Amino acid sequence: MPPDINAPTMTAGPTAQVAQAPPAFDIRRVGAMALRHLYILRGSWPRVLELIYWPTIQLVIWGFVSVFFREHSTWVAQAAGVLIAAVLLWDTFFRGQIGFSMGFMEEMWSRNLASLFVTPLRPAEFIAAMVTISLCRTLLGAIPAAILAIPMFDVSIFAMGFPLFLFFMNLMFMSWAIGLLVISLLLRAGLGAENFAWFVIFLLAPVACIYYPVETLPEFLQWVAWSMPMAYVFEGMRGVLFDGVFRTDLFLAACGLNVVYFAIGATVFGFAFKTARREGQLLQVGE
Amino acid sequence: MTAAPVIEVAGLRKEFGAVTAVDSVSFEVGAGQTVALLGGNGAGKTTTLSMLLGLLSPTEGSVTVFGVDMITDRYRALHRLNFTSPYVDLPQRLTVAENLTVYARLYGLPNAKDRVRELAADLDLTAFLKRPVRNLSAGQKTRVGLAKALLNRPAALLLDEPTASLDPDTGDWVRSYLERYQEETGAAILLASHNMGEVERLADHVLMMKQGKIVDRDHPKALVARHGRANLEEVFLAIARRAEPGSEQEADHAA
Repeated sequence: MPPDINAPTMTAGPTAQVAQAPPAFDIRRVGAMALRHLYILRGSWPRVLELIYWPTIQLVIWGFVSVFFREHSTWVAQAAGVLIAAVLLWDTFFRGQIGFSMGFMEEMWSRNLASLFVTPLRPAEFIAAMVTISLCRTLLGAIPAAILAIPMFDVSIFAMGFPLFLFFMNLMFMSWAIGLLVISLLLRAGLGAENFAWFVIFLLAPVACIYYPVETLPEFLQWVAWSMPMAYVFEGMRGVLFDGVFRTDLFLAACGLNVVYFAIGATVFGFAFKTARREGQLLQVGE
Repeated sequence: MTAAPVIEVAGLRKEFGAVTAVDSVSFEVGAGQTVALLGGNGAGKTTTLSMLLGLLSPTEGSVTVFGVDMITDRYRALHRLNFTSPYVDLPQRLTVAENLTVYARLYGLPNAKDRVRELAADLDLTAFLKRPVRNLSAGQKTRVGLAKALLNRPAALLLDEPTASLDPDTGDWVRSYLERYQEETGAAILLASHNMGEVERLADHVLMMKQGKIVDRDHPKALVARHGRANLEEVFLAIARRAEPGSEQEADHAA
């Protein structure tokens, strides 16, 4: 009986012919990529420290701002945790995108893309791995800060319950959609575009309505705000904190927009990957 | 019956804008055979290898590995293929063991740790398994690259300058290892190299490349005899300095 060419451990055969395709999506390959990034974190304490440092600093600053406004603003006084919840959720959005893009940049920095893409790793598995890594990095930074807020400012964002998870997931999906656009740009322009990954999120901050209601914006910007899921998430968060109501309409709108943005991100990445194969950018990574 | 070639390349062409990096390249590599791509810098060797691996889409032509079209369907063949190149690194912060484990898992090896240990022993890397790749010497890094390339026991192995920057002793050791691997597995090897001694020793067939084209091809000894030279290096120099029809070099000579 001839050996099975699809059995990866077989001895190389002189007349080897491929009989069938390996699985189009293999969770083990996603796990292998996640393991690669776990190794990076395990071997670099400054990277881990950085993940925790920024959310904690943000929390401390906005925590004290909250304490001040609690006594001087009737709006904040109605829901003491609104600023802290907003800053923590915003930070997860920012960290989600950075975590996703950093995963890709790590491969560019180490000139590892070519080696990866001659393995059976498929772009969809690569993206799934970046999503996993982004989720882990974000939680690693956000959870300690959220826990610290409880003794320090007497605010627990976990009191929001299940809606907190839904807000978080909506923000993460949008961060990954933006991450897909960022890594597409990196694939196209090289590491010279690296800084874009850091500032792109801040372009969206004014219309994300993190700390103020959408109606605060001029009308034309309100249209912009309502075209992105973040505004729905932060309005939904204020609904829970001020009125104790979870707005299903806002949640569903955010989900719908996320589907659209993620599909756009995935399409642009697919196009960038195809272009990279045509122009040789998988080999010529760098500035 | 003759076995089908493992690698088949036909009419391969790659243009980058106005520059033609590879032009009308065709060849085959059979099981147990080593074919060498020989040529100066910019001759198109690495571009050809990249197209074979599916990292680069050709402008024209076809690449088939194990009967699989590498342009449209490469994922069916990649698990039986591997490569090493000095132009591609492994993550420097990861240890040798971590790097090899990750790649073993990407290739879906069921006993990744055993395979890593086995290769480390084979390639004399056991003492370096816990060392970050960035702390290795050039020779040690080359052996790690080779270990990565052999993880999945490839039936087709693409080697881009596998002994570049190695001292003669380590280079000889790597060549012996490759000979043994091919003898044991019957793998098809495509080798791009500047090292004439290496090509003379390993290759069954040489493709001389210049300005993206194959300008001559034969068994190394047959090439030497046909060109009336003492060795392959002299053949290489003669071809490299020869003005090809229609080239800038020829125009300069004519002027």
